[in-house]
Amino acid sequence: MELFRIKRDIPFMSYGKLTTTISLVTFILAVFFLFSKGLNLSVEFTGGTVMEVQYTQSANLADVRGRVDRLKLGEAQVQSLGTSRDVLIRLPVKKDVSAAQLSNQVLTALKAGDTQVELRKVEFVGPSVGAELVENGLIALTVVCLGIIAYLALRFEWRFAVSAIIANMHDVVIILGCFALFQWEFSLTVLAGVLAVLGYSVNESVVVFDRIRENFRKPGMKHMTTAEVIDHAITSTISRTMITHGSTEAMVLSMLLFGGAALHGFAMALTIGIVFGIYSSVLVASPLALALGIKREHMIKPPKQKQEAVV
Amino acid sequence: MNRYPLWKYLVIVVALIVSALYTLPNFYGETPAVQISSTRQSMPVDTAVMERVEGALKAHQITPDGVYLDGGSLKVRFKDTDVQIKARDVIEQALGDNYIIALNLLSASPQWLTKIHANPMFLGLDLRGGVHFLLEVDMKAALDKTMERYAGDIRRELKDKKIRYGTIRRDGETLTVQLRDQETLAAAEKAIVRTLPGLNLKADDANYTLKLALKPEEITRIESDAVKQNITTLHNRVNELGVAEPVIQQAGPNRIVVQLPGVQDTAKAKDILGRTATLQVRLVEDDPGKVNEAMAGSVPMGYELLDEMTPRGPTKILVKKDVELTGDNINDAQPGFDENGAPAVHIGLDSTGAGIFRQVTAENIGRRMAMILVEKGKAEVVTAPVIRSEIGGGRVQISGSMNPAEANDTALLLRAGSLAAPMQIIEERTVGPSLGKENIQKGFNSTLWGFAAIAVFMLVYYHVFGLISVLSLGVNVLMLVALLSMLQATLTLPGIAAIALTLGMAIDANVLINERVREELRNGMPPQSAIQAGYQHAWATILDSNVTTMIAGLALLIFGSGPVRGFAVVHCLGILTSMFSAVLVSRGFVNLWYGRRRRLSSISVGQIWKPEQEAK
Repeated sequence: MELFRIKRDIPFMSYGKLTTTISLVTFILAVFFLFSKGLNLSVEFTGGTVMEVQYTQSANLADVRGRVDRLKLGEAQVQSLGTSRDVLIRLPVKKDVSAAQLSNQVLTALKAGDTQVELRKVEFVGPSVGAELVENGLIALTVVCLGIIAYLALRFEWRFAVSAIIANMHDVVIILGCFALFQWEFSLTVLAGVLAVLGYSVNESVVVFDRIRENFRKPGMKHMTTAEVIDHAITSTISRTMITHGSTEAMVLSMLLFGGAALHGFAMALTIGIVFGIYSSVLVASPLALALGIKREHMIKPPKQKQEAVV
Repeated sequence: MNRYPLWKYLVIVVALIVSALYTLPNFYGETPAVQISSTRQSMPVDTAVMERVEGALKAHQITPDGVYLDGGSLKVRFKDTDVQIKARDVIEQALGDNYIIALNLLSASPQWLTKIHANPMFLGLDLRGGVHFLLEVDMKAALDKTMERYAGDIRRELKDKKIRYGTIRRDGETLTVQLRDQETLAAAEKAIVRTLPGLNLKADDANYTLKLALKPEEITRIESDAVKQNITTLHNRVNELGVAEPVIQQAGPNRIVVQLPGVQDTAKAKDILGRTATLQVRLVEDDPGKVNEAMAGSVPMGYELLDEMTPRGPTKILVKKDVELTGDNINDAQPGFDENGAPAVHIGLDSTGAGIFRQVTAENIGRRMAMILVEKGKAEVVTAPVIRSEIGGGRVQISGSMNPAEANDTALLLRAGSLAAPMQIIEERTVGPSLGKENIQKGFNSTLWGFAAIAVFMLVYYHVFGLISVLSLGVNVLMLVALLSMLQATLTLPGIAAIALTLGMAIDANVLINERVREELRNGMPPQSAIQAGYQHAWATILDSNVTTMIAGLALLIFGSGPVRGFAVVHCLGILTSMFSAVLVSRGFVNLWYGRRRRLSSISVGQIWKPEQEAK
């Protein structure tokens, strides 16, 4: 069985204008949503308390809300989580009440209504910790980008490094845009997923670049233009690209389906990230490298002139 | 040409055997156990305790599955949780309050595995349930307290040296001492430099003032002491909860992490950690008449019958209800030795405390004074020394009839009565035990189904090479789990996600290889050379792509915190094992299968479609 029966090289580079336009539009949309709606940051970043409780029967949300509101803990959010038995309660940071007391108070209030209620999870993060996490997250993102650029520049050529990182940052922005648009919760685990995507989709660009370099060096391809060489490289790796990403996507989808609420955000970030990863490394990174003026000479160092003039 | 030398096969076989051995403990599950440990050095858990426990269990017809001493604790295994809980009650009765008796789960893996340090993976709180706190120590309060104490010390010192001074003022981090003239200024400077080396002095000759500030190294010392003391206090409180494997450690300059795995009653845990213990100094009533009356059941008005903790078990002691002094006035308590070289506890009081103490001791020479630790309404006498003389100056020494271990325990308990500085919970994660179990199940299921989907696809698409890829992916899981078990790295839910993701990514290497082999065949290469060329060409790409993934993984490991770090550890380890399994192990399988055949006419990597043929 062979899924991809490609007779001729697909002229990917001639779609350059179209793909650039698509990328630009999605990118701008993502940035727009990021700014207009903003990320729905989890308590880890904003500070506050989140509690998960489970009832033996369907929970009466209105009753729960009433009980929580009566405690006067500020603007509390009460919503069901997955099933009707699970309830999520979100409380803002409060100055004079310690976190430990806060969740105990809520639980006592809920127990007064239904003794069967079970505390499943409490997460409290103080505001100072949240700020630190945001900072660390940004540092991690920067370090990942710089590290990858440095490695690719060393291993290939700076034009490749820059186009790969731009292509992948474009993925990251789109993932964030999706999270902003749908107001999915952005937690630390999601951040881990996003950074993992960054490392992963650079892979894709690496595989294509590897091929491009190999083709440049092949004597049989000397007569081909740079665009043709890139087309050939992409065409000959497309099968592998689809299969690998398909496999990873299968794993991630399995996490999305079976992983439950705790892994949902993480799996979602990866699902989107992998799909865009394929797109961007094939149709964004390579045209960018071309636009940056990559040439055969950049890849093949001219043989050193050993025979010096004999005097 | 596609043959490995023997040593390469041996490396693979050894790696497989070691991985299998270290993965094995994870399959045995856990058995319920009761763990007995002691907080006091004077009461070690030894064979005597073991005999007492065994005797008590025998008396109640409970047969344990195993009893053994491990480090400073005694572990007793039981058949099921019912027996375990019954046994805990029996042991608690037999040993009394002096020991920490906790329910625990022990790995059920056989002894020989434990002997080679093959233990199951260490599960994080999100998988086993429990409480995680991050506490921040208020350093400003700790420094304030120290400055307050220094002000008292200076006052005392100047009085002792008969140096006349005006006022001692504290603004923030500096103390200003107003003196009369040049002469007293010089004398004061000399006295303070000698007795309080932790201070920086600046004399102002024009105004006859002395400005004092803490030296930077002194500040560092105070801060680290404050954290240490708070950790000690937390240890004491946690011990009361009966948690088998609590983690209490410093995290950063002013933070403390407390992790209590397996705690069922999280509300109680928070209560106990958050409360403040108080230390009280009260007078003891030794009048035989009153003591007998109290022992008979009618405690006189204004008195209280309390327990005194001695190494021989609790004894009753009658104390007055009037509190002379509280832990607020105690700055420090350290074990040490008295002038005769006998073990002693040194207590430092602040100026208010010193004044009161002088008065109380002056009026009660010959009587006993009890140091009482009050926690959650339960009062316990830590020590009750006899007052031999009037004690002024705020430096108290308790000595006599104790060994160094007891001195250590007493100092620790006294310190526990007063936190060096207030603490605040700045992060909390509580996971109920049922959610933990669910998380394991869900994490496992998603990995399993993902793996199955990949396996089916690889088999259908690449036939024998697909099988080899799946086998090496299996080896990857095995090695990753073995590595995590060996390192005893903490496995969390994001860690399980990382295992799944790593597998999804690791297959990339095999796909690269298989596609390359196909391509070489398509280009007309004979099978053996196609295998050789396929692996060779794919290697550079695999290395590159793994390095970039590794960069992301390492950055997460370094800058991540909490769940992110749990993810990153497994992710990085997974990248390493996948390089080994996808390249070396899969090649080993290929060589074993195809490498020996001289005339290999075809290899099974799925159908290879050639565009030329199709065109005709």
